[in-house]
Amino acid sequence: MGTVPVHEPLIDINNVSMAYGGAHGVIALAETSLQIKAGEFVAVVGPSGCGKSSLLKLVSGLHPPLRGSVHVAGQPVNGPLKICGMAFQNPMLLPWRTTIQNVLLPLEIVASHAGRFRRNRAEYRERARELLATVGLAGFEDKYPWELSGGMQQRASLCRALIHSPELLLLDEPFGALDLFTREDLWDVLQALWVKQRPTVILVTHDLREAIFLADTVYVISPRPGRVISKADTDFSRPRTLSDTFTPRFTELSHALREQIGVSAGR
Amino acid sequence: MKKTLWKRSLPWLCTIGMFVLWELVCIVLNVDTFILPSPVAVWHSFVAHTGLIMSNALQTLMTTVAGFALGVSVGLLFGLLIGASPSVYDALYPIMIGFNSIPKVAIVPVLVIWFGIGTVPAIITAFATATFPIVVNVATGLATIEPEWQDVLRVLGASKWQILTKIGIPRSMPYFFASLKVAITLAFVGSVVAETVAANSGIGYLMMIASGRFDVPLVFAALVVVGVMGVAMYEAFVIVERRMTFWATRRQEVVT
Repeated sequence: MGTVPVHEPLIDINNVSMAYGGAHGVIALAETSLQIKAGEFVAVVGPSGCGKSSLLKLVSGLHPPLRGSVHVAGQPVNGPLKICGMAFQNPMLLPWRTTIQNVLLPLEIVASHAGRFRRNRAEYRERARELLATVGLAGFEDKYPWELSGGMQQRASLCRALIHSPELLLLDEPFGALDLFTREDLWDVLQALWVKQRPTVILVTHDLREAIFLADTVYVISPRPGRVISKADTDFSRPRTLSDTFTPRFTELSHALREQIGVSAGR
Repeated sequence: MKKTLWKRSLPWLCTIGMFVLWELVCIVLNVDTFILPSPVAVWHSFVAHTGLIMSNALQTLMTTVAGFALGVSVGLLFGLLIGASPSVYDALYPIMIGFNSIPKVAIVPVLVIWFGIGTVPAIITAFATATFPIVVNVATGLATIEPEWQDVLRVLGASKWQILTKIGIPRSMPYFFASLKVAITLAFVGSVVAETVAANSGIGYLMMIASGRFDVPLVFAALVVVGVMGVAMYEAFVIVERRMTFWATRRQEVVT
């Protein structure tokens, strides 16, 4: 990934606390430390309201830390990062743009593309068309988002997050609102995209199977104020398939993580 | 099919019903034409003075559209400014509320002192009445943007201007076009009010002349014409709204 040596962490979160509404506001994260390597796929799980999403705001520079430091690629984060792709539980597609226009949106913004985008519109459209085809949306380019199903909208949202080949992909429960089968479909889609582009990914989720299936490393966060209480490496070979999720090893890991969350929730 | 036909004819039936009821009230209660002319009497007056009414109606229409056009450009500009920047909002809101609270009839005499009797006071009054709803709507549209939409752009390095042009403005367009429907009818109120006080042509002027001669049917004929023009302009902007922001009103459009 560019000039960053692979062994050095791309993202270094050091003893960070974060609060909403100033120092006396709600503490979302307390003394959290995390290191993420370039190209690593990290999942963050934890009970709802534990500050998982806050972690993304912190890394992306959308919200400053109260204490501690966040470094990305060796640089301290003190504003929005400009190298991120982002997707949320709600697909957040713009209803006045067609699917392909939505996917092309980042290219109109990102400085390294914006100039070329105006000149090479056709080339970029082709790129978006290909990306949409890899997630199974060929033929839906000119449909408006509200003409697509929820799962299709989320596929388009993933394409929008990845069209500019971001170094860092931040996913905030992107499949949380989808039914199980659609969700499992999209795990495959996301895995394929990740293998192809190899961005660093932080996936926030409350679905343990999703976390283990997709990530290299799973972090468990405690209830608010959130802190990292456990880290698990998943060493299943890639590409992973749904049948992996039914192996004893997968189930064991899933149970072990579930117990962590159960214990920390005070049960 | 039957249902849509019924739905389509409903406004016409209701309007016709109103006139029939009006006619019946006049006949049954034997109301003097001098107090409340019946629709038939109003119609006769309209036929007798068609040229006079239409030329003055045209004048009012032009005045209204001119004031409205001014109101749209100023309203859009201020709406965007106020919606995009909380400090501009804080700075300008009290003044705007203050101006909007002033009855527009009250400013007409001042306008006459400044500009004399004629078209200008009517245009300015139409402008003054039409602007406020546009400002409020556009500002609301801008101020209620989902923060996630802004986050999507901010992590790409988008400037405030880019967020405004890519999301803010398109997102506030449904609010803008919705406000145009209200603003055009208010512009008619403004111009006609000004014409009754300070003009030498226009529907408002015609009404004042007619009531001065106790020609009440002509007053009512002029009133009805103003109403018809208002409905026509309103409907025109309904069509514009549907075309420009179909994605916001899709529930009626994309029924499959």
